[in-house]
Amino acid sequence: MNYASSAQPVITAKLPEWRATALFAVLLAGLAGLLGRGVYLQGIHDDFLQEKGNARYSRVIEVGAHRGLISDRNGEPLAVSTPVESVWASPPDVDADRQQIKKLAQILGMDSKEVKNRLFDTSRDFVYLKRLLPPDQVEKVVNLNLPGVMLQREYRRYYPLGEEAAQTLGFTGQDDIGQEGMEFALQEQLAGKPGSQRVIKDNRGYIVEDAGSLNASKPGSDIMLSLDNNLQHIAYREIENTVNQHHAKSGAVVVLDARSGEVLALANYPGYNPNNRGNTSSKAMRNRAITDLFEPGSTLKPFTVATAIETGKVNPHTVINTENGIYTLGGSKIHDSHPESMLTVEQVIQKSSNIGAAKIALKLKSGTMWEGLSNSGFGEQTGSNFPGEAPGKLRDPKTWRPIEQATMAYGHGISVNLLQLARAYTIFATDGELKPISLLKLNGPVTGKKVFSKRTVSEIRHMMEMVVLPGGTAPLAQVAGYRVAGKTGTAHKLENGHYVDHYIASFVGFAPASDPRLVVAVMIDDPAGPDYYGGEVAGPAFSKIMGDALHALNVPNDAPANNVVAPPKEIVKEEV
Amino acid sequence: MKTGIVGIHNHVMGKVDGLSPAYQVLLLVAVVLCALSVVTSQHKARKLFIELQKEKEQAQKMDVEWGQLQLEQSTWATPARVEQIAVKKLQMQLPKNGQVQFIKVKPNGGTNLQK
Repeated sequence: MNYASSAQPVITAKLPEWRATALFAVLLAGLAGLLGRGVYLQGIHDDFLQEKGNARYSRVIEVGAHRGLISDRNGEPLAVSTPVESVWASPPDVDADRQQIKKLAQILGMDSKEVKNRLFDTSRDFVYLKRLLPPDQVEKVVNLNLPGVMLQREYRRYYPLGEEAAQTLGFTGQDDIGQEGMEFALQEQLAGKPGSQRVIKDNRGYIVEDAGSLNASKPGSDIMLSLDNNLQHIAYREIENTVNQHHAKSGAVVVLDARSGEVLALANYPGYNPNNRGNTSSKAMRNRAITDLFEPGSTLKPFTVATAIETGKVNPHTVINTENGIYTLGGSKIHDSHPESMLTVEQVIQKSSNIGAAKIALKLKSGTMWEGLSNSGFGEQTGSNFPGEAPGKLRDPKTWRPIEQATMAYGHGISVNLLQLARAYTIFATDGELKPISLLKLNGPVTGKKVFSKRTVSEIRHMMEMVVLPGGTAPLAQVAGYRVAGKTGTAHKLENGHYVDHYIASFVGFAPASDPRLVVAVMIDDPAGPDYYGGEVAGPAFSKIMGDALHALNVPNDAPANNVVAPPKEIVKEEV
Repeated sequence: MKTGIVGIHNHVMGKVDGLSPAYQVLLLVAVVLCALSVVTSQHKARKLFIELQKEKEQAQKMDVEWGQLQLEQSTWATPARVEQIAVKKLQMQLPKNGQVQFIKVKPNGGTNLQK
């Protein structure tokens, strides 16, 4: 055999050149593609991947900010936010036996059937068991260690004084937003700004690195009010007693610092408990001393008289013919319940003579009288910035008829709020300055607007001291150890434009008269007992509040301790 | 930096190439040591950070507790409650008008009280 010939021939046929080239090109293209993709992912489109990577371990957490604290002028808390826990459950994850459920229900003070229903309501992923739980109960829930039952932190606002300062402080609603009173007025400062922060967590959930905050959180600022919790208590206690004793509808008290115009106490009765509002009526929530208007009655007389003295029309000893109790003017009659033929200007204030005040007013031009009242702050805001403050009504003097000017002299046909009236009395408690009102604590005295001269003021002050002496309308307003000056008011209430036989009894005064520190205004709405005169109803309340407050503030006596003169059997009554 | 890596490499390696082998080994060791210390300090930093977080949490808890204690204290000390206990339990009473005397302290330390 010729193997040689049959031996396989060396394959000499070469593969076509292009195949190698093509393969090389394909591989090169593949490499280029991979490199390109690599560059693209690493260099150009890296944000997306970075984000995805971060999402595996970095988290954004909420940083809560709590609402600021409201405190009184001495730093005692009046409204405090404190975190409380709400218990919620994620029904799909719940794993509890009957006994555990029973225990949980016991801790929460709920029906165990109800708890069971909620825990096993698998149609939902989130169900509240109980919101805003006290800390001791929270601890017990934690100790149960039930899977699927969790806690959520929420803030709740507490008011240590309870109903005593309820209407002044107001309250917060859902999500800690102020709804009434100072909580509402100061919402912007009090509210905290929650922020968020990016952090890196490890597999056990610990934060291992702070990756920078997105929004810095800002806790709410703390605010110091001008109130004094001691005085607030005294005011509330006495207004409560007085309203109950005289079967009145309601009552309000304002205590002002005569030198700075700060509100030291502002109480209303009846009140409500802001810690547990339930379904308190909006009536009880109203801060009557600021948002309610009334006709002040005789408490306005000092302003009429001061305007007349200031303009030189009368002096304290000018004798006024008081017409034996009945004076006819423009077809209307003005009465005095305590008829006198002649009274000096001083006695007009002391005995609260309507005829006297009317005649003094008629010596003035209507514009002058209007100016006196307007400068005293009537018909304008007090500057308290309290939400819903009613500025009152002082009509344009061009529209006054003489009879209207006469009745306005003793406080009818004009409406005021109690805070405004108390503020107006700062004129007589100082050397004639009307102080701006502040519900926030101020540092030191404030200069107000000069309204009457020092001389006029000291004359009026003397007349107002006579009011509380025997022969005046309010001997029950005397305070042992202090000289007191003030003025009573008793006015018919206006209902649907008609005067009715219901009254508002008031007393506004200040002490110590030698160097006044406090102005106290008391208003009792509709006393239904046998007494309804300002001197009998509001006077004694004024005396107690003023006496206790002066003691609480350590104000030195300016009179001997036995200065109180027993009131005569028949107290001078003012005409209403 | 676009010119960065290559430029630096050439620059540095040019110098290293010129060094003696012993020196090169020394630098290598130093580099390794540096790298290890970076790792350990990073680890330490994390540990400390976790501790810091715990302390912060603790501080916050204490803050909350302080708020609650403040609230509790002010609730127990409301004038209304103090007065009620003083009057009902301890049979005390408010000084009546005229029962309070003021002692004035003169600049020389004397008072208006009779000895």
